[in-house]
Amino acid sequence: MATPTTSTHAHGEHGHDHGDHHHELGFWQKYVFSTDHKVIGIQYGVTGLIFLFFGFCLMMLMRFQLAYPGEELHFLGLGRLLAYFFPTEMPKGIMTPDFYNSLGAMHGTIMVFLGIVPVAFAAFGNYVVPLQIGAPDMTFPKINMASYQAFFVGGVTMLISFFVPGGAAKSGWTSYSPLANVADHPGADVIDPATNLVVSHVHMIFNGQTLWILGMVFLITSSLLGSVNFITTIIQLRAPGMTWMRLPFFVWAQLVTSVLLLLAFPPLEAASVMQLMDRVAGTSFFLPTGLYVGGHLWGNSGGGSPLLWQHLFWFLAHPEVYVLILPGIGIIAEVVANNTRKPLWGYKAMVMAILVLGFLSFIVWAHHMYLTGMGAKVSAFFQTTTIIISIPSVILLTALMISLWGGSIRFTVPMLFATAFMPEFGIGGLTGIPLAFNAVDLYLHDTYYIIAHFHYIVAPGTIFAIFAGVYYWYPKATGRMMNDTLGRIHFFFSIIFINGIFMPMFIQGMMGMHRRWYDGGLSYPVTSGRVVLGYSGTEWNHVISWSAWLLGVAQLPFIFNFFWSIRHGKKASINPWDSTTLEWTAPSPPPHGNFDHPPTVYRGPYEYSVPGASSDFTPQAQSDAGIPEKEHPPLEPATA
Amino acid sequence: MPGFRKRSIRRWNPPQHSFSNMEIPYTISARPDTGLWNAKLGIWLFLASEVMLFGGLFSGYVFLRLGSAPGYWPHGLLNVPVGSMNTAILILSSVTVVMAWASLKMRQFTRYQIYMAITIICGIIFLAVKLAYEWPQKFVHFGAYIKPAVAEKYEDYLGNKHLIEKGLEPRYEITGHLHEIEINRADADPAELDTLIKARGLEVVKTEDEGKVLTLKVHSPSDAVALRDVLGVISNPDEPNPAKRTRKAHGVKIEAFELALDEINANPTSPENERPRFIPRSLSEKTATIHMEDIDGDGQAWSSFEPRHSSYFAVYFTITGLHGLHVLAGVLVFCYYMLPVSTRLYRQNPEHLANRVEVAGLFWHFVDLVWIFVFPIFYLL
Repeated sequence: MATPTTSTHAHGEHGHDHGDHHHELGFWQKYVFSTDHKVIGIQYGVTGLIFLFFGFCLMMLMRFQLAYPGEELHFLGLGRLLAYFFPTEMPKGIMTPDFYNSLGAMHGTIMVFLGIVPVAFAAFGNYVVPLQIGAPDMTFPKINMASYQAFFVGGVTMLISFFVPGGAAKSGWTSYSPLANVADHPGADVIDPATNLVVSHVHMIFNGQTLWILGMVFLITSSLLGSVNFITTIIQLRAPGMTWMRLPFFVWAQLVTSVLLLLAFPPLEAASVMQLMDRVAGTSFFLPTGLYVGGHLWGNSGGGSPLLWQHLFWFLAHPEVYVLILPGIGIIAEVVANNTRKPLWGYKAMVMAILVLGFLSFIVWAHHMYLTGMGAKVSAFFQTTTIIISIPSVILLTALMISLWGGSIRFTVPMLFATAFMPEFGIGGLTGIPLAFNAVDLYLHDTYYIIAHFHYIVAPGTIFAIFAGVYYWYPKATGRMMNDTLGRIHFFFSIIFINGIFMPMFIQGMMGMHRRWYDGGLSYPVTSGRVVLGYSGTEWNHVISWSAWLLGVAQLPFIFNFFWSIRHGKKASINPWDSTTLEWTAPSPPPHGNFDHPPTVYRGPYEYSVPGASSDFTPQAQSDAGIPEKEHPPLEPATA
Repeated sequence: MPGFRKRSIRRWNPPQHSFSNMEIPYTISARPDTGLWNAKLGIWLFLASEVMLFGGLFSGYVFLRLGSAPGYWPHGLLNVPVGSMNTAILILSSVTVVMAWASLKMRQFTRYQIYMAITIICGIIFLAVKLAYEWPQKFVHFGAYIKPAVAEKYEDYLGNKHLIEKGLEPRYEITGHLHEIEINRADADPAELDTLIKARGLEVVKTEDEGKVLTLKVHSPSDAVALRDVLGVISNPDEPNPAKRTRKAHGVKIEAFELALDEINANPTSPENERPRFIPRSLSEKTATIHMEDIDGDGQAWSSFEPRHSSYFAVYFTITGLHGLHVLAGVLVFCYYMLPVSTRLYRQNPEHLANRVEVAGLFWHFVDLVWIFVFPIFYLL
């Protein structure tokens, strides 16, 4: 919330006189109800980072239960504190299975919908995209504000759900029916495990699962408003001369991501409405006929299909996987080009690959459902498309890797995260290929192997990209650099511990450890009896859990750095990284309206080390680089 | 909060206020290389998203309908003439909204206002028919599914022998208007029951078995639900948890329903009932008694035609409800275009208002188009 967005720049240099409209905006209008894309970007970023850390904290709690099943949480009195706030969920500081399930479901939900999408897509997209295309703002600033507000309401709804009788949603972030329909069903008893007495009843609407659905409806609305805005902005507000093939790769990534959100989210909204009807109005969209729960016939009409939920859910959630990673790849592409001081290798191929990836991501969803018995023919189709989608993914990663070749690499903090991103994303991607095959997936489905696979993509993948982006664009947003030493400490400890978490999970998964075991597999001989690389499955849990907690500690330098540098960081010039893209020609921080003069674009996004040029970078807005125009003759600037 | 008051005064003047030192291009005129102004592109993207939303719902319809067992997907329940009228009204409003836009383009503001008013009225009529006539009718209609195993007992109302001979789907539901129910109140809290009977104005027709079994005249199926939900103290000595050994639960047991039959159940073998008719059938004079033990789902498969009644009504209420919300949203936006704010906008920049009407009109056409799909799949198929 702390950008000193002064408007003095624009005032002084424009020399406009807006008469009585010319006034300093008040605090509420400037920071809370702002329509400025930069403020909204920062709102998304800060809220998202907080949620990201909160989701991480939920996971750290779960890791304690997994490493020390059934023991009292004795760390700094945290267990007693939790027992005070959650007497039915954490009696005497010991986690109940229900609470463990809540934490698991909410960790997934918060990380995906309230952490990564808001930061990687909405925050960076809002802040950077209009600047990179040379626009004064988003096309629909008020809708942009509404998008953030809907997101905020959705987030608060999710948080409230922790405190209602019965606790937060506990049917996984996938909210599979019929489990999600019967969990905490309206009117159910809430029983205190200590006294075994009924303490309250689950309310019709104010119960965890229903609030989860309501929260999702808000979040979906938010991303719908955001994605319409992004696509229109990118198509309509490009500066004169900013042709499609001159767009920075980050903008392409945001464009494809927006299309995915625009088209993939509504079916989940439809499914959410149906599940809401199932819970509140007693319908049976997802409940089969003759469903027995706890020995009693569930009193619904039946005739519904649990598989329908899975199809609608994964029709969103597979493109959602690409929503999580594509903005990350976009950030990394910017950072890599800038810090290798050479153009991105295969820019056009990358653009084509990302478009193909976006299209293909709509027709691979059922590879999450091999176990449902939907039939060998359907599985074969989705197996094929899943293998095909690895081609554009590999093109993207390979192009980034080759971009390093022959560059004079500067290992700045953003570049450290970017270089780590590539192999880590590679591990995540390559371990996914076996999962594409029906036969292998039947064995590995719902084991820790899956957890390791997709966390390698989103944690040391997207979250590292987020860190790279924060370090990279921080000087633009605040006018000050983040501390370099703290950044390096943050990076090196993060990379060690994050691998300490996820690498052993591959071992556990291949041992056959299931991802939802509440006691960490203690009661299963497969995990405690077998030793792999010196540790049994349950002993690997200790390694993972300690890595997770130390990873939490490793974030403290970042948090400190983030706030401290706002006032005390080294002052940054307009273009501290010697970058070529348009955002670095605007003042730091950019004023309302962004540019002192509307920029015109004369060249591609990555003209680094152009032979014969006067410096090793030629900004896009620079008309004369001291060399003759070659590849892109300047188009006629589009006129209003 | 300094500045907050200033803002609230300024809000009434949005066009000049918002962007003091910047102008977003292409809000009114088209960008030359794309040929579009911003909001037009935006609304098309939004509509693409809406297509996916209703696509999800319609795919739910297809899934449920294909998955339903033979005889469990009703036909001809809805009032086709009323539905046709609503379809015509919506199509008419789609025409008038284009006329309103064209009038603006020709700078005929009065004609614009007339056409816009007609559009709004059409939208309101559509919603009124939906909310005041079509939906409420469902909540007073009653249906109960008979267990297939005992369907023969109700052959007079189901006519399955005839249907099977003709190669048609069997029928397991008996529908009509609920007249009387027979209840056993042995476990019920008597005071609560009496209050309920008085509050709802129910009439006791018959008393049997030392006052334990009552026959009541009811007005609508909601009376039956309320009676069933009267609490009583039920004791269960086998319960291991002493705190739960006696608990409050439903104390009234419904024994039987008596209903005035729909024509389709009154005369099930009539060839006229083999396919849905355009003019809806009226209630017949015939009545039938359905015993609770013959009702499917352990006696739970009975209700008014509410969302929980069947997959058909679940998807009917969800889709028409969501469509109704879209109609409401369109009407509200059109109302905004009739307010003085918009008149002022017209005086300042008529093209801007025309663009707004065009965007809202596109949305309205989409809402119309959705109805063009909704109408056949629920009313006709």
